[in-house]
Amino acid sequence: MNVLFPRNMPQLVKALGEPGARILAGGTDLLVRLRAQPDAKLATLVSLDRVAALRGVALEKPGTVLRIGAASTHAELLAHPLVRARLPMLAQALATLGSPPIRNMGTLGGNICTASPAGDTLPPLLVLGAELELASASGTRSLPLADFLLGPGRTALQPGEALTAVRVPLPEPSARQHFEKVGRRDALAVAVVSLAALVRTGGKGAITSASLAWGAVAPGIWRCPEAEAALVGRKLTLSALNSAARIASSRVQPISDVRASADYRRSVTGNLLLRLAAL
Amino acid sequence: MKLAFTLNGALVRVDADPDQRAVDLLRELNALDVKEGCGTGECGACSILVDGVHKLSCLLLAAQLHGRELTTAAGLGSVKNPHPIQKAFAEHGAVQCGFCTPGMTIAASALLAANPDPTRDEVRQGLSGNLCRCTGYVKIVDAVRAAARKGDGGEA
Repeated sequence: MNVLFPRNMPQLVKALGEPGARILAGGTDLLVRLRAQPDAKLATLVSLDRVAALRGVALEKPGTVLRIGAASTHAELLAHPLVRARLPMLAQALATLGSPPIRNMGTLGGNICTASPAGDTLPPLLVLGAELELASASGTRSLPLADFLLGPGRTALQPGEALTAVRVPLPEPSARQHFEKVGRRDALAVAVVSLAALVRTGGKGAITSASLAWGAVAPGIWRCPEAEAALVGRKLTLSALNSAARIASSRVQPISDVRASADYRRSVTGNLLLRLAAL
Repeated sequence: MKLAFTLNGALVRVDADPDQRAVDLLRELNALDVKEGCGTGECGACSILVDGVHKLSCLLLAAQLHGRELTTAAGLGSVKNPHPIQKAFAEHGAVQCGFCTPGMTIAASALLAANPDPTRDEVRQGLSGNLCRCTGYVKIVDAVRAAARKGDGGEA
């Protein structure tokens, strides 16, 4: 197997045109999988290590959108003042992802393209309305994250295409952001259930919009419009959250696996909402 | 593939298969302080510093090492001239079977470089990617706190 190290976007796009080419970002998932199950069709790994254009964070559209280079590591983002100040729910998710060395290696783009139902950054990025920038030899295109994720391990990424950046609209500072993950331990844990929430309130504290997304309870990131609708118009109180939690728990259809039973996941799916009362 | 990198201060030139894992290449180069535990990024035994950043050599390809500056536990200090973290591990009985120790000291040096005076909880979080199957965590945390109090910034 060959490993290529493009240094800029034209070189990257060219490398991805090689037959049997595949992107190597942080390697924390791909190299484990390849070792367990070598892929005979895979001839070339294209490392993003040296493509400087894929790193870094920048404000766009007069301060309303954060453009995150897809090969930025979780640790780089966790340390970034704008991520911490304006996207606390993403920072909370990054802080629970893997372990310090995994966060030093793994990338945001890698977490997205792995498309795990338990991917820690996916629920926050979905409720924030992230848009992806994809590049190939035929140009660039933009796609909402919600349309990019097709199923467990499946995305809309085409052969020869790379995820180059993630554009995250910045919620106004008054919006409430929350992320919580329940795992078997604090570090290096695959989520048993996770929840990201973005809640906006109006004049008298009434909720004007609620965006909720759960990880690890469905084949993809799970949304529950009925629970969101149950919150709108009410104040962010325990009783309002209890109604939404009952709706979420009754509608979710999780599976039992090595990490938890379906019943436990169903309870936690609702119960995680109750934490919003403390916001 | 011809590779050149710095290993514990010495320039290394080697011809390696690009898809060989870094942990295997380093051990072939006699860096036997780099251990392989799980091989899947969950135990931290193969921890090294790459340009000062704590990474796992079981999840790096040899080709990715080209041009980098690598530090393994043996590069932190020697038996004659141990790093303050290594000295503290010895003094606090933070070594039982010793298999996790090289990775633990690498993780600790990365932690102290970023946070020179961590709380016990911060030490536990900083070492959370490293497992000790003897479960000697209390003494390991003691040792890292002691090394921190001696004012060492964790410079590798």
